[in-house]
Amino acid sequence: MVSLSFPFHIAELEVGQHLYWQIGHLNLHGQVFISSWVVIGALLTLIVLGTRKMERDPKGVQNLLEFLWDYIRDLAREQIGEKAYRDWLPFIGTLFLFIFVCNWGGALVPWKLVKLPSGELGAPTADINTTVAMALLVSLSYFYAGLSRKGLRYFEYYVEPTPIMLPFKIIEDFTKPLSLSFRLFGNILADELVVGVLAFLVPVIVPLPAMFLGLFTSAIQALIFATLAANYIGEAVHEEHH
Amino acid sequence: MTSWLLLAEAGAPEGGLFDLDATLPLMVIQVVLLTFILNGLFFRPIGKTVEDREGYISTSRADAKQKLAQVERLEAQLTEQLRGARQQSQQLITEAEQEVDRLYREALAMAQAEANTVREKSRQEIEIQKAAATQSLQVEADRLSNLIVDRLLASR
Repeated sequence: MVSLSFPFHIAELEVGQHLYWQIGHLNLHGQVFISSWVVIGALLTLIVLGTRKMERDPKGVQNLLEFLWDYIRDLAREQIGEKAYRDWLPFIGTLFLFIFVCNWGGALVPWKLVKLPSGELGAPTADINTTVAMALLVSLSYFYAGLSRKGLRYFEYYVEPTPIMLPFKIIEDFTKPLSLSFRLFGNILADELVVGVLAFLVPVIVPLPAMFLGLFTSAIQALIFATLAANYIGEAVHEEHH
Repeated sequence: MTSWLLLAEAGAPEGGLFDLDATLPLMVIQVVLLTFILNGLFFRPIGKTVEDREGYISTSRADAKQKLAQVERLEAQLTEQLRGARQQSQQLITEAEQEVDRLYREALAMAQAEANTVREKSRQEIEIQKAAATQSLQVEADRLSNLIVDRLLASR
């Protein structure tokens, strides 16, 4: 836990402070749940507004939602393949949309207006628990996809081109979720820190380029997470034709 | 709300960047729940609309292609029929022209024949009259010559 403060208190910067909620003897990071509920609420509101009266000729919000759906479908279809993408489309789409609204919500919503007793509100994906949770879900899902589609033949994948690949493939099973979670966590937290430090040093105008870059990279991170998740699932259900 | 949060914070442990706690499983549950909610609200209805529309477009396109082919066939058929009708009408016209020609010639021939007969008749009549006149003249001439001869004979 680091805390810096300037003599005449324009800004403060702290990392690692959480708002703890307790359920029984378990601790929760309250700020993560508060901010994630806010962004999920915004997302669901948008979706409900857009799907209320569906027309053959879409306009407005329905058009936007259809564009998103098309985009996600192309992403899933390309990575997973024509046969199995339909089952995994909702999961991949949820990952993409959730991470996207978390990242952009974290960057755009004026969270500082709500003062918390400990810690502060920010992007839910700037917390290691969120990203590890999603990475573990991806791991589980690609195992489930492979096993449900191929049964125990799925484990042939480990010795696929040659049996020498076995240790590497086993290590991959650990590095995949690790890299997924840390890539997202690191990107979002680092963006928040950069903007925080810049605002701490020169509060006006100067942080803006970093904020725009942050919007761009966080959108790309959402896409990367979803694409990689789809890729792992696609790899697991992929039928080798030799 | 604030007091409850403060109460909750009361026995809080030290924070940290890599503080993994019960947030993790609850986040997992939250994302899974969100997947099902989004599936029902977003992926299924929008998916159905988009795929229905794509199906409608492809069937309408197939329909339109079929109709176009049909129209083209009909067009070819009709031009064919039109050509046949034109040829037929040409034929009828030439036949009618020939008929008219024939009738004209017949009428002409008939009129000429009639004119010939009339001319013949009048020529004959003229011949007869000429013959009659010549005859009477001959008689007169004979008489006159007889008279002349008589006078001549008488005067000697």
